[in-house]
Amino acid sequence: MSGKGNAPLIEVKNLKKYFPIRKGVLQREVARVHAVDDVSFAVNEGETIGLVGESGCGKSTLGRCIVRLLEPTEGDVVFQGRSIGKLGARSLRPLRRQMQMVFQDPYASLNPRKRVGTIVSDPLRIHRIGDRKERKKQVEELLEAVGLSPEHYNRFPHEFSGGQRQRIGVARALALRPKLVVADEPVSALDVSIQAQMINLLEELQDEFSLTYVFIAHDLGVVRHVSDRIAVMYLGRIMELSPAEELYERPIMPYTEALLSAVPIPDPDLSDQRERIVLEGDVPSPINPPSGCRFHPRCRYATEICSQVDPPLADYGNGHLAACHHPLNVDKATLARVTVSAASPAETDETALPEEPGKEVSHPVTGS
Amino acid sequence: MGERLLEVKDLKVGFTTEDGIVRAVDGVEFELDRGQVLGIVGESGSGKSVTAMTMLGLTRAHNTSFEGQVVYKGQDLLAMPERRLRDVRGNEIAMIFQDPMTSLNPVYRVGDQIVEAILTHEDVGKRTARQRTVELLRRVGIPNPSQRVDDYPHQFSGGMRQRAMIAMALSCNPDILIADEPTTALDVTIQAQIIELIDQLKDDFNSAVILITHDLGVVADVANEILVMYAGRVVERGPKRSIFYDPQHPYTWGLLGSIPRLDRPKGGRLASIRGMPPSLINLPHGCKFRPRCPHAFDRCIEEPDLRNRVEERRHLDRCWLSVDEKRDLREATIKGEEAAA
Repeated sequence: MSGKGNAPLIEVKNLKKYFPIRKGVLQREVARVHAVDDVSFAVNEGETIGLVGESGCGKSTLGRCIVRLLEPTEGDVVFQGRSIGKLGARSLRPLRRQMQMVFQDPYASLNPRKRVGTIVSDPLRIHRIGDRKERKKQVEELLEAVGLSPEHYNRFPHEFSGGQRQRIGVARALALRPKLVVADEPVSALDVSIQAQMINLLEELQDEFSLTYVFIAHDLGVVRHVSDRIAVMYLGRIMELSPAEELYERPIMPYTEALLSAVPIPDPDLSDQRERIVLEGDVPSPINPPSGCRFHPRCRYATEICSQVDPPLADYGNGHLAACHHPLNVDKATLARVTVSAASPAETDETALPEEPGKEVSHPVTGS
Repeated sequence: MGERLLEVKDLKVGFTTEDGIVRAVDGVEFELDRGQVLGIVGESGSGKSVTAMTMLGLTRAHNTSFEGQVVYKGQDLLAMPERRLRDVRGNEIAMIFQDPMTSLNPVYRVGDQIVEAILTHEDVGKRTARQRTVELLRRVGIPNPSQRVDDYPHQFSGGMRQRAMIAMALSCNPDILIADEPTTALDVTIQAQIIELIDQLKDDFNSAVILITHDLGVVADVANEILVMYAGRVVERGPKRSIFYDPQHPYTWGLLGSIPRLDRPKGGRLASIRGMPPSLINLPHGCKFRPRCPHAFDRCIEEPDLRNRVEERRHLDRCWLSVDEKRDLREATIKGEEAAA
């Protein structure tokens, strides 16, 4: 899966999504959950971008804003050159054909009272594509494409296992031949062996239907396997954005390093060898994110500046962006070339580019 | 290894349903010694949780049938009357469940729930029990325990709730701690904290741990012995290193191949196991893994027994292939080359 086209299919521009917390009889807004807080990035046609982070980091909210299941509080989403951030339901409808979503829980995302055929053909019916006969034929083809059999047309969701249900969800998402599919944790509810089947299927379908994926997951192994580029999110911000392999070999942001080192490796010797960075405590509340760098209270390299100055998202070359005052694995020469990325959130202090390279650290996975 | 604590002998558990008998556990055998961490690995429906719950008498119901024995310090827990089992459960064998959100009662304070566990099993006063609770919360890493003891579960994060559950499980200093998918609902950074905690507390409290999980990565870290279950049976079992570096059962290979590995160069297709686990009401004849096994041959129509076939004497498996054949075929299967062919 490599980025083929040049023009971005979708551009996310300074996107913010705040959820108000209301109290009292007058339902006055007393606080806001900063679910997504000024995020910018672009996804090229044919590319897979992975969004990773712990629960509450805003990755699902971001995914939902991209397909406009949620309306952004500020900022914009540009799809094929067209701004869709503020479009109403009616103007959005034709665009819905181009972007679809696959959900996490295959038990909750299919209507138990509808037959599989109806579930998969509903998008076609709503968009008035073909007559009844043609739709049936298309659905049968889709079912085959996702590894089910056309005879499943008249069955109900409860007759299927979790993995099969997720295939139905994928068939439904593909019914309108979308360009973009946002997959929100599509494999995390499945057993390991079924997970692998599902990942292989999603990769095959990407070639067959020329899809662009935004792949949201908390499992770094899965994300690395499917993604071309990966964005690491923490408390509503993108902390690091990088080509997939580079992120795993040379993480710049300490949070990425810690995340990678926490992934259990099914190899006892390697597991003993490597250094585990156990992060203290939990993710702070997104209602009042910490001052300065949002990761500083849990960071093992944090110094005074980290709690005071919000670091900008800096460009380290090769499309590798990171927001950190003490960047890891960077030499002086690279640091001299570093510039503030256009994707950097507006609130950050753009004069605060890192001056000193942080530590040279061992590979967070293999420990070598 | 320390003293023998537990011996499970030919355990079978069946649930009678309208559609037939669900053979959830079918002939499971293992032993557990003090100081040991036994990892039970398998997918949903493999019988790993039913095995654990049966040991504590949590599957007793009018439609359940049992066979075999669960011998704990010389007594058979399966035959033990409920009244006496209550003294063992929570006191000598404690359990932590998967979902820390639902295993604490939301309307009682966290501390009171732990105090209750102590008062149930031990003849101590309320004040002593409370002091011990604060101390336990401190040991499992809850910050500011003397205040947090009065919090309600909703005031705790997921990781803290799981820590509180561990504190409760350890409150009576149990010999055996059963952890059923203790980290599945948690983020990877919190998972690392909890696994480290369980491993360290096992030494502090001088107990044995049964760690049930679907994640081979988690057991690679802390287990000494591993049991791989499939369709209610043990298909492979042995010391950790032997299981990881000399796996003998094609199902174990499939599991190892299904995980996208961070420690290896990014590959192409993942080695998935074809098909789905069988229905436990209608199990296939012979080897239960036969319909999904890429190496099945004539002999697999007969079920292989679980026995030692390799040099490592404690390593047992349930597969008819010869050891040499397995060592030849293994790498390709784990890499998923069969899938492409």
